[in-house]
Order: sequence, then C-alpha cells, then structure tokens
Amino acid sequence: MHGFANPKRFLALASWLTPLLLVSGLLLTAIALVWGLFYVPPDRLMGETVRILFIHVPAAWLGMGGWTAIAISSLVFLVWKHPLAGLAARAAAVPGLVFTAICLVTGSIWGRPTWGTWWVWDGRLTSMLVLLFLYFGYIALSQAVAREGGSSRIPAIFGLVGAINIPIINRSVVWWNSLHQPPSITMGNSSIDTEFLVPLAVSVIGFSLLFGGVVLARMRALLAEIQTEARLRRKADGGA
Amino acid sequence: MRENLPQWDFVIASYVIGIAAIVALVIWSWQAMRRAEKRRDDVRRK
Repeated sequence: MHGFANPKRFLALASWLTPLLLVSGLLLTAIALVWGLFYVPPDRLMGETVRILFIHVPAAWLGMGGWTAIAISSLVFLVWKHPLAGLAARAAAVPGLVFTAICLVTGSIWGRPTWGTWWVWDGRLTSMLVLLFLYFGYIALSQAVAREGGSSRIPAIFGLVGAINIPIINRSVVWWNSLHQPPSITMGNSSIDTEFLVPLAVSVIGFSLLFGGVVLARMRALLAEIQTEARLRRKADGGA
Repeated sequence: MRENLPQWDFVIASYVIGIAAIVALVIWSWQAMRRAEKRRDDVRRK
C-alpha cells in the first residue's frame, strides 16, 4: 500500500483510472435508472414511487460509505502517516456530502406519498441529517486547516470521531420505532424481489464507480494544488 | 384514508434532482482537476 504513497506512482494509476471509473459509472448508472424508471413493475404497496429506490438507496449507502472512507483514510493517515491518505479523506468529503443530500431530498420526496409526510424526526432521518452536518463541518475544518496551515491531524481526528454516527444510522431502524422500513438487505439475505434487486445492484455499482472516479479526480486536484503551492514557495524562497 | 397523489410527479422530481446533482458533481470535480493540473504544469514550465 505504501507503494502508492509516491505521488508519481499514484498519478500514473489515477490518470487512466479516473476517466475509466467516471465513464463506466455514468454508463451503468444511466442503464440502472432507465431500467428502474421504465422496465420495473410498480410495487403492490408503494405503487410507482418504488422507482425512487434506485436513486435513494445507492445515495444512502454512498453517503455512509463516504464517511467510512474518511474514517479509514484518517486512521491510515494518523497511524502510518501515509501522505495520500489525508488527501483521500479530504477528497471523499464533497461526494459524500452530495450523496447524503441526494438521499435526504429523495427520501423526503418518497416519504410524502408513502408516509403522508415530508419529514419525521425519527432515528434514521435525524442521524442521516447529522451526517450531512458532519460533512459540512469536516469540509469547513479541512479547508481552514489547508488555508491557515494548521495540523492535518485535526480534521483526521474529527473524521474518526464522526464515524460513531455510521453504526447509529445503520442500526437506527432496529433500535428505535420509525416510519422508515427495517433493513431489506442484510449480509447474504434480501427481502427485495429479484425484479427490483438486480437493477438496484446495477445502480449501486454504477453510483460506486462514479464515487470512486470523483474521489480520484478530487485527489488529483488537491495534489496538483499542493504541488503548485510548493513550487511557488520554492521559487519565492530562491528569489529572496 | 389514503391520499390520491400523482405518484409519477414524485418519481420524476426525485430523478431530476438526483441526476442533476450527480452530473453537476462529476462536471465540477473533472473541471476542478483539469484546472488545478493545468496551473501546476504552467508553474513548472515557467
């Protein structure tokens, strides 16, 4: 793993992997959404609104997956001082925030015809909203640290501490009464019919590829900014 | 009592918002990457 701590080696890999992930992700996501929109039958209970599943569920998983990536990268950065791990954590924050926001908005839209309300302050919805605020906090903190030249350990510790919310989100529908349904997919088990499960799997893979592509693009952008600033600083020091 | 809401309106709203956000995210991250790498290469050449 430490082999990829070398920015040159990382860039050699990311230069072809970034467009590949983005293009294949866009393609698979488009296939899954067209499939979900036009070829999946309406659900017996939820009717046509079941189609929101193919956007809402992958977005929810990636919202949580984004913070899990931040926590793991932060741990790697703090323990092994892997130079690209800190960048990976920062790079996962914006896509994680966007997918969490998509999850909350589409969930609210889905709730109105299904539950009769746009929002309830139950465990699942509230903990997901807390995740959105954690993303805002993490982005603000890491930008402030980058701008003011503070220790990169501060956002990394914040990323680790914030991970406590992930199991809370996951178990919220089991621990507390909720309008939200209990988990439909658990390890090796699913209560979802194959007609819905297959396009959902395609959608999850497509969204995940897109997430990976965006994270790599963000890492490349952050790395380029650091390299530019370092070069400009060296020039200024040499000229002084 | 069950409200008789136009279900497709909710489906379309979700898809429009979701797709628009994802497309905007991909375009923004790609352009930011290209801009940052171009600036780095320009500084290296100078």
